[in-house]
Amino acid sequence: MLDALIPAFLRPESASVQAAKVDAIFIGLLLISSAIVLLVVGLVVTFAIRYRRGSSAKRGEMPTIVSREFEVGWTAATLFIFVFIFWWAASVEIGAFSPPKDAIEIHVVGKQWMWKTQGPSGTREINELHVPVGAPVRLLLTSQDVIHSFYVPAFRLKRDALPYQQTETWFQATKTGTYHLLCTEYCGTDHSRMVGRIIVMEPQDYAQWLTRQPERDGLAELGARLFSERGCSGCHNAGSKVHAPSLAGIWNQSVPLEGGRTATVDEAYVRDSILQPERDVVAGYEPIMPSYEGKLSDGEIQALTAYIRHGTDRFDLIGSLNLAPAQNICAPGQTPPESAPNQSLRSPAMVPGAPASGDTPP
Amino acid sequence: MSGASSDASTLANPRELDLGLPVSYLAEGRSVASWLFTTDHKRIAILYALSITFFFFIGGAAATLVRLELFTPEGNIVGADTYNKLFSLHGIVMVWFFLIPSIPTTMGNFLLPLMIGARDLAFPKLNLISWYLNMAGGLLTLAAVLAGGIDTGWTFYVPYSTVFSNTFVTLAVLGVFVSGFSTIATGVNFIATVHYLRAPGMTWFRLPLFVWAMYTTSLIFVLATPVLALTLVLVIAERTFNLPIFDPARGGDPILFQHLFWFYSHPAVYIMILPAMGVISEVITCYARRRIFGYSFMVYALVAIAVIGFFTWGHHMFTSGMSPFAALVFSFLSFIVAVPSAIKVFNWTATLYRGQIGFESPMLYALGFLGLFTMGGLTGLFLASVPIDVHVQDTYFVVAHFHYIMVGASVSAYFAGLHFWWPKVTGRMYPESWARFAALLMFFGFNLTFFPQFIAGYLGMPRRYYTYPPEFQVWNVLSSSGAAVLAVAYLMPLGYLTWSLFFGGRALNDPWNATGLEWRTTSPPPRQNFFGNPQVLAPPYDYHPEATPPGDEPRIAEKGALT
Repeated sequence: MLDALIPAFLRPESASVQAAKVDAIFIGLLLISSAIVLLVVGLVVTFAIRYRRGSSAKRGEMPTIVSREFEVGWTAATLFIFVFIFWWAASVEIGAFSPPKDAIEIHVVGKQWMWKTQGPSGTREINELHVPVGAPVRLLLTSQDVIHSFYVPAFRLKRDALPYQQTETWFQATKTGTYHLLCTEYCGTDHSRMVGRIIVMEPQDYAQWLTRQPERDGLAELGARLFSERGCSGCHNAGSKVHAPSLAGIWNQSVPLEGGRTATVDEAYVRDSILQPERDVVAGYEPIMPSYEGKLSDGEIQALTAYIRHGTDRFDLIGSLNLAPAQNICAPGQTPPESAPNQSLRSPAMVPGAPASGDTPP
Repeated sequence: MSGASSDASTLANPRELDLGLPVSYLAEGRSVASWLFTTDHKRIAILYALSITFFFFIGGAAATLVRLELFTPEGNIVGADTYNKLFSLHGIVMVWFFLIPSIPTTMGNFLLPLMIGARDLAFPKLNLISWYLNMAGGLLTLAAVLAGGIDTGWTFYVPYSTVFSNTFVTLAVLGVFVSGFSTIATGVNFIATVHYLRAPGMTWFRLPLFVWAMYTTSLIFVLATPVLALTLVLVIAERTFNLPIFDPARGGDPILFQHLFWFYSHPAVYIMILPAMGVISEVITCYARRRIFGYSFMVYALVAIAVIGFFTWGHHMFTSGMSPFAALVFSFLSFIVAVPSAIKVFNWTATLYRGQIGFESPMLYALGFLGLFTMGGLTGLFLASVPIDVHVQDTYFVVAHFHYIMVGASVSAYFAGLHFWWPKVTGRMYPESWARFAALLMFFGFNLTFFPQFIAGYLGMPRRYYTYPPEFQVWNVLSSSGAAVLAVAYLMPLGYLTWSLFFGGRALNDPWNATGLEWRTTSPPPRQNFFGNPQVLAPPYDYHPEATPPGDEPRIAEKGALT
């Protein structure tokens, strides 16, 4: 209803859950600010006219007590208003920080001057991202060169993509359509051409679109292959003679480290352990692992991370590779079609709308 | 407040100048060397005024080309790389070689000793060195531009600036680094001057607010600039000597650079606005003929802004992936730092109450400041709110916001002060009607240029875009048209003020009937500033604390009061 206060051509497209909340704060702030501007300008103009040089308005002494009371009064009032706005904005921010557990995961890599996105079933796109409407989507961002920033005005969404680091954010689209994807961290010559499209589709259309994508390995499948190709499995597999911790089922678990500290196994920890293995050594193990700094690309680290998340013991590489994506993708809110026989072979995280951590594959 | 001289207004009378009074600082030596090797704070102020005017028009020319290019969504006037170099040039030159030195090194240099009854700054030679350092820095940066330019933006974000850009980053950064020493020298000089050279009776709470503003600004100069200097050294070290510092490929953290950079650059915003607040406090009281409302609160507000301003730098980095809790702390502090600014606006407004308000050009600029600063400050609240900032960060909303503060407010105040003290500095009166017209045109042109950018920004137009989606064109056309008006408005004072130097009427010693010590000497003042030893007997802004009587007004030229 507040939207009605602003004419349509002044309103940016609003197509996510967060957008509505941001606009509400924005309009609230706009009203408060306008009131303050009107107050100040109104007083200045009134005084300027009434007390213009030579006017006959009465000018008397002001008792000092009035001055002090006024000062304390408007200091307290401003402080109260500002803290109130802070509280309002902060509560929206805190509420929106953590993505829902069942969010679709999209990996985003920024590079001069394009966006590469990779969906849950390995669908890769350049300067485009297809997502279903109504489903929470979690973005994991990184960059291959300089800092970029992933900006979708219609979603009121922005997050920097940093080289050699991973940041994340999430959104839930509420309206189908095509929206701008813009880079908002200056990144060189073609910064202004590092733009793309976010295409929000009906769940059925999204499922159809997925079937039309060329079959590709999912990220975790790629990770599984890298795990053996790059020699990780030589030490980390259960039967290995080298004394290295097993990686099975450790995702989101707390592990004890040397020196009595603990760490939670997440993207950052896995990444650090690959690049700087000597830093956080699991208690009871020798720091014998070599660093993979410079030996693995960002995409490969993402793939390995995805593999570890899905569980090295539970991942059926062969089964999932033989699978056509069309058979087991179901849109959020739909029940999987009965005719999908190989559903169980698919990691739950590969299915939009399914729990990302995937505790119990049937 | 009274000086030793009995009736100041008669001193400008030429017949009295024959009585063996010292000549003005302008008449003491006319050779170029007498200017280039001067240690007179007033002459150094003039040197600074010339150099920042030069840099202002260089930065302005770059901005004009940027606005011209943005008239259409496609690129058609310059290439993408040239565009990137133009906005970088505009930012670097305007921030470090115009805005930061602007009011402190010109009006501050000229007026600080005069306002506190001193004969010069505490370290006159250091003052001269600081101008040479500033020029050296400026010329190094200009050399980078002539060599081929720099395309990093004024923020020098790594790893783009250290690893990826193949423009003349090192040279430009070196220029900024050198100019930092100039800033620090000025800060040290002002602090020592205020502490040790106040005239008898000039207690801390009798200082004009302009002096307080200079003092608090100097504290930021001295405390924040070294951080920038070291950060820039690290950028140069990584770029030139290939040392792994910020480069993430070699274990560095680009976010560390942002923390260090904004730890300086956020307080730097207060370096630009605190002096402006000082100027406005002088101008509004004079033309409203009222004592400043709530003097002590105005002082505390300046100090509070300077101190809290050091703890809000993180609000430039809400989208960089910082912890949401850290973001909320910075958000909270950013709201808190807005409170003293709001107090100042209310106090200026209340100062008008029961005054005898006149609308001479300095007052028009000051009233313009009041409106633009209020707008700029309130839009700062939008940016302090994390969810809104996530949307408008690095869009034209931010561009509009900081131009309202740094150009709308600071530059308006600069022109207010320039016109207010012009008679004192040059001994000449400028054509008042031209000045009023320029003030109105500047206000109008500014709003036309920058208000549409708020809308474009909220609609989602990113900053530093050479080409842009066509739906933003209407706002850019408005903005570019405003920029043309603004360019004319900025050129006008250059014309009529220069004209006044040669053809303007002789100024009275106190043409505005103002109260400050600087008006208790001749216009222009002699080398030694005062004829006797000034003594301060009353608080500042002694304009009729009881009630302003009719007939109390500035003695401007057309009223026939000119000697």
